[in-house]
Amino acid sequence: MDYEALGLVAGIEIHQQLNTREKMFCACPTLLRKFDERNGEFFRYLRATESELGEIDLAAKEEMKHERLFTYYTYDTTCLVEYDEEPPGPLNAEALEICCTIARMFSMTPVPQIHTMRKLVIDGSNTSGFQRTALVAFDGELPNAGTIETLCLEEEAAQRAEGHTFSLDRLGIPLVEITTSPCMRTPEEVEAMARYIGMALRSTGRVKRGLGTIRQDVNISIRDGARVEIKGVQELDLIAEVVRREVERQKNLLSLREELRERKGAVKSEPADVTRVFSKTGSSILKKAPCVLAVVLEGFGGLVGREIQPGRRLGSEFSDYAKKCGVGGIFHTDELPAYGITAEEVEKLRVSLSAGASDCIVLVAADPAKASCAARQVISRAEKALQGIPEETRRMLEDGSTAYMRPLPGAARMYPETDVFPITISDDWYGRLPLPELLSAKAERFSREMGLDPALASQIASSEQVFLFEQAAASGIPPLLAARTLLATLKELSRAGTDVSVISDEDIMAVLSAVRDGKAAKEAVPAMLDALAQGRTLDQALSTCAPSLSREELEKIIRKIVEERRSFVVSRGKGAVGPLMGVVMAEVRGSVDGKLVSEILSKEIARVLGK
Amino acid sequence: MKGGISSGDTVLSRIGRTERTGTFITERDGMAIVKLSSGYNIGLPRDHLSLLAPSEAVPAPLISVAQDDSLPDLSIVSTGGTIASRIDYRTGAVTSQFDADDILRAIPGLRGIARFQARKLYTLLSENMTPAIWTELARAVFEEIKKGSTGVIVTHGTDTMAYSAAALSFMLDTPVPVVFVGSQRSADRPSSDNTQNALCSARAAVSDLGEVVVVMHATTSDDRCSIHRGTRVRKMHSSRRDAFQSIGVPPLGSIKYPSLEVTLSDHARRRREDEPCLKDGIDDHCALVCFHPGMKPTGLELYSGYRGIVIAGTGLGHVSSELVTAFRDLIEDGTVVVMTTQCLHGRVCDRVYDTGRDLIRAGVIEGEDMLPETALVKLMYVLGNTADRDEAVEMFRHELRGEYTRRSVNGL
Repeated sequence: MDYEALGLVAGIEIHQQLNTREKMFCACPTLLRKFDERNGEFFRYLRATESELGEIDLAAKEEMKHERLFTYYTYDTTCLVEYDEEPPGPLNAEALEICCTIARMFSMTPVPQIHTMRKLVIDGSNTSGFQRTALVAFDGELPNAGTIETLCLEEEAAQRAEGHTFSLDRLGIPLVEITTSPCMRTPEEVEAMARYIGMALRSTGRVKRGLGTIRQDVNISIRDGARVEIKGVQELDLIAEVVRREVERQKNLLSLREELRERKGAVKSEPADVTRVFSKTGSSILKKAPCVLAVVLEGFGGLVGREIQPGRRLGSEFSDYAKKCGVGGIFHTDELPAYGITAEEVEKLRVSLSAGASDCIVLVAADPAKASCAARQVISRAEKALQGIPEETRRMLEDGSTAYMRPLPGAARMYPETDVFPITISDDWYGRLPLPELLSAKAERFSREMGLDPALASQIASSEQVFLFEQAAASGIPPLLAARTLLATLKELSRAGTDVSVISDEDIMAVLSAVRDGKAAKEAVPAMLDALAQGRTLDQALSTCAPSLSREELEKIIRKIVEERRSFVVSRGKGAVGPLMGVVMAEVRGSVDGKLVSEILSKEIARVLGK
Repeated sequence: MKGGISSGDTVLSRIGRTERTGTFITERDGMAIVKLSSGYNIGLPRDHLSLLAPSEAVPAPLISVAQDDSLPDLSIVSTGGTIASRIDYRTGAVTSQFDADDILRAIPGLRGIARFQARKLYTLLSENMTPAIWTELARAVFEEIKKGSTGVIVTHGTDTMAYSAAALSFMLDTPVPVVFVGSQRSADRPSSDNTQNALCSARAAVSDLGEVVVVMHATTSDDRCSIHRGTRVRKMHSSRRDAFQSIGVPPLGSIKYPSLEVTLSDHARRRREDEPCLKDGIDDHCALVCFHPGMKPTGLELYSGYRGIVIAGTGLGHVSSELVTAFRDLIEDGTVVVMTTQCLHGRVCDRVYDTGRDLIRAGVIEGEDMLPETALVKLMYVLGNTADRDEAVEMFRHELRGEYTRRSVNGL
């Protein structure tokens, strides 16, 4: 696809959790918990508040269409601030420092005085009904002439456990939000930019790692299309696909609009009550609904069921809009007869509404209030189809397609968080924040200075253990050993069933230092780490996995092994070194460096052969 | 503001090489606050701003709200607790709303319960409440009842709500519900407890109750409100929604949310047909003294000339031996001294230990299981209604509005 010709413009918003000791506005740890560790639940309703002009933010209003009860899980690691039962504490200074460091990495201009705001979010993910956020810096530089518009410090929302139930452990973890300008023109550029920013953030060593700790939102539009914000792309590998599919969706919606215009498509502004048409239907959904409403879409026949994105049709968009009113979904005549609705019933429906074959009829079934709300939502979305593409916030589905969430929120959802004092940033303090070395620069340096293979250097630089690796290398541990231990050995142990999560960085350093100091052979590293994971002390691990041996003792052991296998040695000659290495190493259980064993073994074999 | 920029003006902000357009909000602590078009506020030195366009005044639309004439009449008397507020998203300012239209617009569910009339008495932070205002409030509520209101809702800041509820309990013998309500989370937030509290208070105000009560969240969840007797309620938490608790007695009832189903206990006073009765005298020459170890007798000289003192004593109702003489002197000079317990739960009994017996001999009155704050308000009330000390003491010893009980029931 020629994205330039289509006029693709894209920007991204990156949300990265910060690895602070405490949450953004309270002293709770930034720890994620398992749902079954919860110690309580409570529930609340949220309502949009009215603005001066009697307006309620569009996005908030959409969420309110269907009043919902939200349940919250609590833990021994949450407090009344997350419950929205206590005012927030002061803004976390550690989080602000990390944020400013990141801002400085991108050569951004800090805001002279930072004000914490409340951003209305009433989907239940915040107990307060707003997310606290502060604008920290403006205008940053990115590679390939890309630019960052703003950098904000925000509190993380609660995690959805299921349905309308949220878990409070994640609520309040600080996160940095980086918003680029719409400076990208191809799906691949978007992916590359997201990768670069993610790498830069990880270079600080002070951000959380692992799935869900970084999320990308993508803003996309094409010529004649509309700005659409796609939320929560967690996997970078999908980001380009999401962009491709959104371009496809917008392109298809535009050609759909052209077709509708040619057909002189129109939307009947009032839904019709067709409950009686389905009084004897075989469709259980229609039959048990107290009210069935129909929306007639003139000229839409065949278009509602047409695919606009893999797995998504215009009908899916209607359905998403209708669901905001609490209905389960919709039926439309492009997909009927089906679901227990017969061809005769469809015909009867068309006749009763004087609708022709070129028209599409959408059905909603629920109690009268919900049905009316849902029908109006369908009408509103269908009218938008005649105009083009609505500006929306959408959420990513598993494969990279997207579903409607809510309209784009406006500025009408921000007001000051009066409980948090503003913070003044001095130029002097900002200017002296140390800048971390980029991980990409580290990889080059590891290769250049330590002689690591470039692929391995890059692998260790992008791994979570890069800072531990640097610490190890700086303390004189051979870089290759450190890299192998961190990248391979731990994985192998984990695969073999060892719980490596209990092995601390200090444990790893201690084991590697023992090798460096000649107290253990590098071959003993896996066994020692395993012993530590089992709860042994370092000394216990050393004595069981690497009992100390003098050179004389070692020579004695090797001589005995060689003597016992004299005929093998004679028949193999010098080639016996290899096979016997394993036997010796098993005997000395990793207490001796392989090089030394090989040296003595060669000497012993030569002695036998020389006799 | 100096330099010809005033609130609401469109300004250009310059920060380093960055320029952004926004709305000037105000100047605070030497920093100009600007709301950017993204909605974010930032603070920056005043000389970084230049005026782009003066503010265009946007008149707030006046939308009146239709009310249902067939519903009972309720009066809302506001003293300052924010039951409704509006946010000006242009400037981010939050303003409290007090007229009936605003309240009904903010909490549409109220329209289905009653027809409302609102009366703004004060706009106070409740820590600034005074006994003189209790009198005005009692008169205002009395007038509303005389006019035929089915019930009266008093919106009030939560800090001293329990004092005011106790004051009206004593001053006003009401045949209809007088319901104090407030919110622990401000009305400008989507999670505010104001909607549930307001709807429950309105339902309580049309219910079969006939006394002064406080209606607030019963739990941290949005599931029900408790109805507390005005003389037995206390704010027991600085910030939680369910801060208000009945002490020493069970609540008078509850209102389920969102069904608004009211349950009243047997001991709740019921609605009556008789006329309300107002005795609005109050004497604020009274004090509540919290005893603590190390308290100096000289500290009590401050209270010389006071007509009444309530002591929040330790345990069963004690102060240190060296203070007993000081209190005896005050009593001999005509001050009424009442003992309550800072334990809050449980009854005063000054007949168990020597210090207690000394206090009784000195003329201290045992305050039974009355809350210290309620005892203070009661003392102000009785002293405000009689100049005679002995008569005041006699009145004080009487149970007037359920402020104490003679049985300490287990489990409360």
